[in-house]
Amino acid sequence: MRNSRDTKLLFELSDKGCRAHRLPKCDVPERSVAELLPNSALADWPPALPELSEPQVVRHFANLSQLNMSVDTHFYPLGSCTMKYNPKRNERIARMPGFAELHPHQPEETLQGMLQLLYELQQYLQEISGLDTCSLQPAAGAHGELTALLVAAAYFRDLGEKRTKVLVPDSAHGTNPASATMAGFDSVTVKTLPSGSVDMDDLRAKLDDQIAVFMITNPNTVGIFEPNMSEIADAVHARGGLVYLDGANMNAILGIARPGDFGADMQHYNPHKTFSGPHGGGGPGAGPICVINKLAPYLPTPVVVRERSEVRGQRSEKDTDTSAPTSDLRPPTPSFRYRLDYDRPKSIGRVRAFFGNTGVLVRAYSYIRTHGPDGLRRVSENAVLNANYLLSRVKHFLPVPQGDRCMHEFVASAAKLKAEKGVSAMDLAKRLLDYGFHAPTVYFPLTVKEAIMVEPTETESKQTLDAFAETLFRVIEEDAGLLHDAPHTTPISRPDEVQAARQPVLVWPE
Amino acid sequence: MPYLYNTAEDQTAMLAAIGVASLDELFAMIPAELRLKRELDIPPALTEIELTDHMTQLAAKNAHAGSKVCFLGGGSYDHFVPAVVDEIAGRGEFYTSYTPYQAEVSQGNLQVVFEYQTLIARLTGLDVSNASLYDGGSAAAEAVLMAVSSTGRYGKVVVPASLHPEYRQTIATYLLNLGVELVTVGTPSGVVNPKDLAAAVDDTTACILIQQPNFFGCIEDADALAKIAHDAGALVVAAFDPISLGLLKRPGDWGADIAIAEGHTLGTPMQYGGPYLGIMACREKLVRRMPGRIAGQTVDRRGKRCFVLTMQTREQHIRREKATSNVCTNQGLFALRATIYLALLGPEGLRETANLCLQKSRYAAERLCENKRFEPAFDAPTLKEFVIRDRQGRVDELLADALDAGFLAGVPLGQWYPELDDCFLVAVTEKRTKQEIDALVHALAKSQHPAATEPVYAK
Repeated sequence: MRNSRDTKLLFELSDKGCRAHRLPKCDVPERSVAELLPNSALADWPPALPELSEPQVVRHFANLSQLNMSVDTHFYPLGSCTMKYNPKRNERIARMPGFAELHPHQPEETLQGMLQLLYELQQYLQEISGLDTCSLQPAAGAHGELTALLVAAAYFRDLGEKRTKVLVPDSAHGTNPASATMAGFDSVTVKTLPSGSVDMDDLRAKLDDQIAVFMITNPNTVGIFEPNMSEIADAVHARGGLVYLDGANMNAILGIARPGDFGADMQHYNPHKTFSGPHGGGGPGAGPICVINKLAPYLPTPVVVRERSEVRGQRSEKDTDTSAPTSDLRPPTPSFRYRLDYDRPKSIGRVRAFFGNTGVLVRAYSYIRTHGPDGLRRVSENAVLNANYLLSRVKHFLPVPQGDRCMHEFVASAAKLKAEKGVSAMDLAKRLLDYGFHAPTVYFPLTVKEAIMVEPTETESKQTLDAFAETLFRVIEEDAGLLHDAPHTTPISRPDEVQAARQPVLVWPE
Repeated sequence: MPYLYNTAEDQTAMLAAIGVASLDELFAMIPAELRLKRELDIPPALTEIELTDHMTQLAAKNAHAGSKVCFLGGGSYDHFVPAVVDEIAGRGEFYTSYTPYQAEVSQGNLQVVFEYQTLIARLTGLDVSNASLYDGGSAAAEAVLMAVSSTGRYGKVVVPASLHPEYRQTIATYLLNLGVELVTVGTPSGVVNPKDLAAAVDDTTACILIQQPNFFGCIEDADALAKIAHDAGALVVAAFDPISLGLLKRPGDWGADIAIAEGHTLGTPMQYGGPYLGIMACREKLVRRMPGRIAGQTVDRRGKRCFVLTMQTREQHIRREKATSNVCTNQGLFALRATIYLALLGPEGLRETANLCLQKSRYAAERLCENKRFEPAFDAPTLKEFVIRDRQGRVDELLADALDAGFLAGVPLGQWYPELDDCFLVAVTEKRTKQEIDALVHALAKSQHPAATEPVYAK
């Protein structure tokens, strides 16, 4: 039960002399710090941290946790975020000391289980994407985008081509154009039609020999599969450009369609979405990327490779790197050795320290192994079923401009409601909170007015979807004033965001 | 499938409501020629029992800090994680929530971020912190981009060889297409020589990046280095170890304008290098250039104090190609863990932890060098880790023998520094005991190979 008392800040709870964690006595001969370190490097006083007891710390954070909605406690139809159930078994597995207590600089022979897992995950991700080679290094989806664009830049540099532009549809995630800028490209916006598909005339007008990459989200952010996908890919390829797939919406197409088969040359995954890694209140994620063979030499180092090493002392025969066909995924035998390949002279280098967000990757691996080929396909089938079912119920009282069908998510519009009744997408979102539903994503994509983006995921029941649809209907019928002031029952009412931005208070004063 | 709810009857009813005859029909918008006409070629499904068994077997093929005594450092360390951190961060209300865009139902996460920002600001002696970045390496690269854009100096960025080599590689990758030169100043003595830095820094330099303590564990003359940069109008980026701030001067107090760190040491296990916590703090004048999310305090409509994500006009979802960075998902869960960790330790706990690292690592260095085979590679004072030179130059064999004896004894440096291929880096955290250190010293003394020249022992 939620504590109704105000939750003070750690700094307000602090009481001088309180102490939680205690350390062992120093068991080696102790010398004065002044003798060991130069005075000029030392602090004059201890850091100004709060002082609390352990029970206080536990109660503080336990109470804070209860001010959050979460997937464990609420339906969380946040479009584009794939807030599916986070399996508890994966949490326990990731905590096994054989995964959680590994140091990134351990010798390879002490990491054979971890490297085998990562090697196999590379293979699975390649197979699911229909692409040839994988890098597990990027730390999040946006990081994967940046990495792939740097790979593309290195590829064109190697070809001796100077290409300066990246094309991005106006319905894309903001990370796409931001990644293009960070990678040193100019981002050029391509229009989309009201249906959500790419405006082919605008695309053709903007395609030239300066185009390095066309970034496409497919299924797109409106939740439809791009009808001109093959045409788009052909047009980009004809100009020597590359097609990048933003894999945020892979949950719709696992085992059903593969980006490599529909024209993508590279893609990232969001394992924290598609493969159920928990979102952690804003992270961690991971952003593994897969690419076609001609881009493989440019991937970050290292990648995991497998070697056969039958005869001790002999030079081992190198497996065909990471691009081995997946039919070669025989059960592990002692004759395989896994190692990190750093000898990649054309690589872009590193995009972070250490191997990658392996804790997230262990969960993704567990998720894929739990489902198998049939299970992954059924995940997507049910994600699409749930979204279409909800669409079929919602469209009667809230217009869905894209039409009667969707993939894993759909975008409704409150534009008509706003015009007629003065009720905005934000008002609906806030009022839903009162009824115990997390709000859908609102005001994205930017191409739909008063957008309400709903992604139910496959792990919700028909019962939950019915309850959500009924509540949304009821909310729309409610008095406008009630909605403007919503939410009414949450721990706080609407915050003053203008004040927060104009007079920023970003830390608690000492 | 374990995580699906819809029964066959549900599916039938739902398909009817949609107005389609089959699941397959739902996918009609994907052109037939683009559909996969076979099953994915991945292994068949495992039940929870089978999966747990399989994963247990994979985990058993790894040695780890629980099965070997870990003296490895170089940016990741075997620090202790109090139980409270795991138990609280393991609450579903924290780890299964998402980015707090709906402030009314995310006050838990938002208050944590605000507390985290305050803790980081106080630790670093800087004005503001963001809500986290991916890791220390990418935070270093983001700091460099921030320095370049805020100074408008697209000439060069100067870093010393004593900065973590993987951070240097990451910065180099990020700068690849931006026309900014990355200049590396050599550090043959293990620390930056101010004269060498002064020779490299000029009025086209956007920033220098100084790691304190540096990658070799050595204490840099940070004040002097910062002054050189500031005199040239360049910014100073500090890479720090949060644990070291139990003893060391705060980056903001020795002149850093931006401070970044690998924050996994604050309550997150090593987990083979990630996910970790990228810390970033800066001076107030730079905040509009800062990447990542920031939480701020405000009031709700009833005048009650509350917290929101703020200054979002810097971010990709608003500014798109003009954003300060592309970062979206960050490391919220580890910012939470760091907040819990620091709340548990308090000022005294952090100071004692840092002091234990200092005392024990100095003891380990001295004990190791009683063996005439070994010597400190550098003269500069160290805090938590140090570099040992093997006079026999047989680092690989030495570390392999130590592994057989139950020790992850050190990180060989030749992979990044060819001139230090006879050296290895040893880290000693508060978890290591005198007994373990003595046993390591003993194990390294026993490493002998027939071909080696006669080793000389002190005792």
